[in-house]
Amino acid sequence: MYNSFVLKNVLLGDGPATDIQIEGDKIVAIGADLSGAETIDCTGLVALPGFVDLHTHLREPGFEQSETVLTGTQSAAMGGFTAVHAMANTSPVADTAGVVEQVAALGREAGYADVYPIGAVTVGLEGKQLAELGAMANSKAQVRVFSDDGKCVHDPVLMRRALEYVKAFGGVVAQHAQEPRLTEGAQMNEGAVSAELGLTGWPAVAEESIIARDVLLAEHVGSRVHICHLSTAGSVEIIRWAKARGIQVTAEVTPHHLLLTDELVRSYDAVYKVNPPLRTAADVVALREALVDGTIDIIATDHAPHPIEAKDCEWSAAAFGMLGLETAASIAQDVLIDSGKSTWARLAEVLSVNPAKIGSDAEQGQGLLVGAFANIALIDPKVKRKVVAESASKSINSPYVGLELPGRVVHTVYRGYFTVRDGALAKVGRA
Amino acid sequence: MIKYLLSAGDLTREQAIEILDIAEGMADVNDRDIKKLPTLRGKTVVNLFFEDSTRTRISFELAAKRLSADVINFSAKGSSVSKGESLKDTAQTLEAMGADAVVIRHPASGAANVLAHSNWINGAIVNAGDGTHEHPTQALLDAFTMRKRIHGSASKGKALEGLKVAIVGDVLHSRVARSNLLLLNTLGAEVHFVAPPTLLPANPSNWEAKLHYSLDETLQHEKPDVVMMLRVQAERMNASFFPSEREYARIWGFNADRLKTLKPGAFLMHPGPMNRGLEIDAVSADSPQSTVLEQVANGVSVRMAVLYSLLSGERAADV
Repeated sequence: MYNSFVLKNVLLGDGPATDIQIEGDKIVAIGADLSGAETIDCTGLVALPGFVDLHTHLREPGFEQSETVLTGTQSAAMGGFTAVHAMANTSPVADTAGVVEQVAALGREAGYADVYPIGAVTVGLEGKQLAELGAMANSKAQVRVFSDDGKCVHDPVLMRRALEYVKAFGGVVAQHAQEPRLTEGAQMNEGAVSAELGLTGWPAVAEESIIARDVLLAEHVGSRVHICHLSTAGSVEIIRWAKARGIQVTAEVTPHHLLLTDELVRSYDAVYKVNPPLRTAADVVALREALVDGTIDIIATDHAPHPIEAKDCEWSAAAFGMLGLETAASIAQDVLIDSGKSTWARLAEVLSVNPAKIGSDAEQGQGLLVGAFANIALIDPKVKRKVVAESASKSINSPYVGLELPGRVVHTVYRGYFTVRDGALAKVGRA
Repeated sequence: MIKYLLSAGDLTREQAIEILDIAEGMADVNDRDIKKLPTLRGKTVVNLFFEDSTRTRISFELAAKRLSADVINFSAKGSSVSKGESLKDTAQTLEAMGADAVVIRHPASGAANVLAHSNWINGAIVNAGDGTHEHPTQALLDAFTMRKRIHGSASKGKALEGLKVAIVGDVLHSRVARSNLLLLNTLGAEVHFVAPPTLLPANPSNWEAKLHYSLDETLQHEKPDVVMMLRVQAERMNASFFPSEREYARIWGFNADRLKTLKPGAFLMHPGPMNRGLEIDAVSADSPQSTVLEQVANGVSVRMAVLYSLLSGERAADV
């Protein structure tokens, strides 16, 4: 089906209202008074380049009771995303060309977003032996991001080799920074609250020591390194130092680390159990500032669906992780726009342009330009909405249920196709 | 009255004193020839133990039986989806069987809270120890013991105003320490924790307590009214929290020499079971200053009072 329509009267980020004309899968014109076969009134809606998530758990293959590539990308579309990077901790692990090609194919079949598989750094995420990074890079999935996320590549020699090796094909290692010995049995942020609750602490130093090591390794071997889900004020300081020194490091922060604190753990409600854990209010402030000032490059959701039974139990038996795709833009708006501290242009950077750049996604994050792929998220920033448990995800482990968040994704255009229109998910994906 | 006893911090000063006063009445019952009250006849109390603890279980069992409740002991091993029966399934099973109160001991911190705030079960819930979080009936029996030692038969209605309590040992992992801290604060006592730095929390800033590394200096400078020794768990021994048992015993263990430094009237507590020769030596444990066996006896009275408060819906004056 050929798409031809004009989005009328959209707000281009911080600029004035204008029209965007789409033909096929491309933006063909931007300007006043455009006309086309179909026009869609977008008065009051902010148009942003389709969001790109560098950190999504789609759970397929292996954990289809939590999420599938189809439901995960549907959830992504509902959140304004047009691309997701699927983490490697599936079963089997995405550590071979076969698995990454399968995930990529499932993504194309679903048709709700581009799915870029992330390859495991080590075989079976076991941290012992490099996976066939080259084979994954050269496969049809063209993997460029490698991560053992969920586990840290803690062996310094292995990390060094991985950082060096991926230079051969322009790849990047995304590190889950968690010193394993310092976090044995860890259940929540180590601090005043963990002392009261008697839950084993996950100290900030376990994250910061790995980040410090890895930026130094990246400097030493002249590679780039990406740090997943920064969660502490100290990590921000290390990244700031490394960037000032010219080290090629990029950093992400999750929506939940920008909003929620470890005080929530007092309920022992496992919906707040996540890794790295929710930190203190001071950490949240530091992360928000770092996102505004550019120390942190991107927001990535770490969308981590789990079945009900994995959360409906005592805290220490529960799984780590929370949903994030359908609430990420609202939290970005809260941090950057509603705070009065930044701009829509910055929001487009952290949710689209920068993650696409880090992930080497040539056809994503191009911005709203004539000739670019028509990947567009249209947001009504004025709406306040109360988050409900039901969503396009197969799971319900959202920590935001009952909270009022600003902004709503009204339309998502993915390569010229409405995956979401008027807040409703398209019944079928893009063919 | 209250429906749950999850944390010693849940109790107001009035509620805590009321439970202690009810326990005074229960202690009188326990001194009679026929140690039984009909109060909870027809009620079912389930001891749900996911962790072995014979002492705590029989103390609750005796307490429930002396109040004429029917008692079921449910020992479940492990938990979670991966390890057999889940807390949820167990709770729903007990609910279906009509449990009026569940006394839960669980290795996971917060397990009793999860049970109370789920809709799995409607009965009263008593936390009999959750992981390294809390053990509120232990704190109540400790407070009862302190009050009794100090005020004797004139204990009723009293709090623990100005009492200086030194709690010594593995504070980091101790549910006894956490519950005692909260209840002692509520009752007006002053809490001092004494431990090697490795066995104190990294950030104790929310704790209303003074922290010390040296037991000898604390005994000398603070002159505590009460010294409470905590049990050192076997799993701490080989995890580098301290170099050796000998060194621990020398620096943080209570012994005959330290016993001599206690001020007149001061006494020595231990929640049991004791590692004799490690955190407490035999001379101290068996000394007149030791309250160890009083604590055991008082445990039954206090647990009777708790079950009574949760299940009978009546006031203290009725006992």
